[in-house]
Amino acid sequence: MSHIRTKQIEEKVMRGVMLVATLIVLGAVVSILGTILIRGSKALSWEMVSRFPGKEWNTAPDGGFLNAILGSLYVVGPAAVIGACISIPVVFYITMYKRRSTGVSYIIRLAFDVLYGIPPIVYGAFAFLVMVGVGMRASVLGGIMVTVLLIVPMMIRSGDEIAKTVPDEMVDAVYSLGATKWETVWVVLKHILPGMLTAFLLAVGRAIGDAAAVMFTAGFSDQPAHSLSDPTATLPLAVFNWIGMPDPFPGRAYAAALVLTILVLVLSIVSRVITRRITRLNK
Amino acid sequence: MTENKSESLVVDRLNVSIEGQPILKDINVSFPVNRITCIVGPSGCGKSTLLRCLNRLTENIDGFSIDGHVFIDGQDIVTADDEHLIELRRHVGLVPQRPCPLPMSIYDNVAYGCRIHGMHRRKQEMDETVERYLSEVGLWDEVKDRLRRPAARLSIGQQQRLCLARSLAVEPDFILADEATSALDPISSKTIEELFVRLKEKYTIIMVTHTLPQALRIADYAVFLYLGEIVEEGPASQVFKSPQNDLTKRYLSGLFS
Repeated sequence: MSHIRTKQIEEKVMRGVMLVATLIVLGAVVSILGTILIRGSKALSWEMVSRFPGKEWNTAPDGGFLNAILGSLYVVGPAAVIGACISIPVVFYITMYKRRSTGVSYIIRLAFDVLYGIPPIVYGAFAFLVMVGVGMRASVLGGIMVTVLLIVPMMIRSGDEIAKTVPDEMVDAVYSLGATKWETVWVVLKHILPGMLTAFLLAVGRAIGDAAAVMFTAGFSDQPAHSLSDPTATLPLAVFNWIGMPDPFPGRAYAAALVLTILVLVLSIVSRVITRRITRLNK
Repeated sequence: MTENKSESLVVDRLNVSIEGQPILKDINVSFPVNRITCIVGPSGCGKSTLLRCLNRLTENIDGFSIDGHVFIDGQDIVTADDEHLIELRRHVGLVPQRPCPLPMSIYDNVAYGCRIHGMHRRKQEMDETVERYLSEVGLWDEVKDRLRRPAARLSIGQQQRLCLARSLAVEPDFILADEATSALDPISSKTIEELFVRLKEKYTIIMVTHTLPQALRIADYAVFLYLGEIVEEGPASQVFKSPQNDLTKRYLSGLFS
């Protein structure tokens, strides 16, 4: 009898622990989003998102931060496309052509694990050194380069995990119909597309919000970039700059953070709708 | 639809090892055409590996090494280059243990193989092909109103018949079945068994089975594998009713499995 009693207590305690942990996470999410939403929406105005800064970005709270919004899009948009174009083939190479756990796939996986663990600031510093070496100044192109570096390991790392969920039976079934590996890739791609998209979104979401990587590489400018070699402001850097300044600048920081959050949210919703369309026939 | 395919499938001195461990030892067998051959034997005896060698679905196994020949109508699939491998695999359809519909519609599942081989390019031709093979596996009446729906929504038994239709659509000569009924309920299993019996008129069927009663019901030819070696083979009636080898006798009497 007492044995069963102990089990019941154990059950309740463990469930309680899980519940508390979940509540802590939820609480954190709600308070972060709440803070951004409340403070951001108070400060945010149409002027802020539709106009470039006034003369004094850092001393007078006039004008908007359209330059930073555009800058973030200029940097992360191309980086996301390039990142996906590099990562997806790598994922398929190690899961289809190197499906056996050979030395090659082991080394590739290890390399990307290591890259995944490198903090963005180190990427930023590395890219900065390269840029100085080749005589390039902080620019959109520099920002794109470092953001690609940031996205690729994240996408490959999670893409690889997702590709492992493809049942061997499915691969065998396609092969046994006389398909080439390349034709098999297409079937597999359809199967893992939702997961790959999530991996992509997580990577892009993190990249668009990263200030450390673009700090040295994309630089800063009051004006929108007109070419790849122009420096540009970005949203995370705007938040970083303003948050520690006297009022009313922190308000502007929250407004920029809100815009950043909305961008990620829109990106997430749009791509989910697209995936649902494409994978309508999966399940 | 009445033509008898007469291509042959011959295994010649096949040795397979995985990570140095011998799995198949000196296998020599010629599968009789237009018959059902059942490969039986205890777990881990190499039945599935043998089956997978027949269309070389062995490339993804770690530490796999193969020696010998598997002749599909005279062409060796073991040594075939990539281009021939694809062509040879097309001759050998596979019905997996667990049904595995591709992530596409019912129609596309059947049409997929034809498409990659450039068969039936006209839509009407493809429609007819899909109908013909779905009918052949007795699925047409059940799915004709929802051909564009995802295949994964079919029941397990229906999925298995769909997989069979998908294999048949690329016009193979041989059908490999790896415990194709083990994941199915008794009624679906019976349907698949009956299908195989009907299909042997047109195809040579080689199946691995764990259920002796099933082998007794449908096999024309039997191969008894034990520890990677063929202990006994011959017409099913002979192997099952009057086995020559002691091991076969003991296996059939249920002394080990």
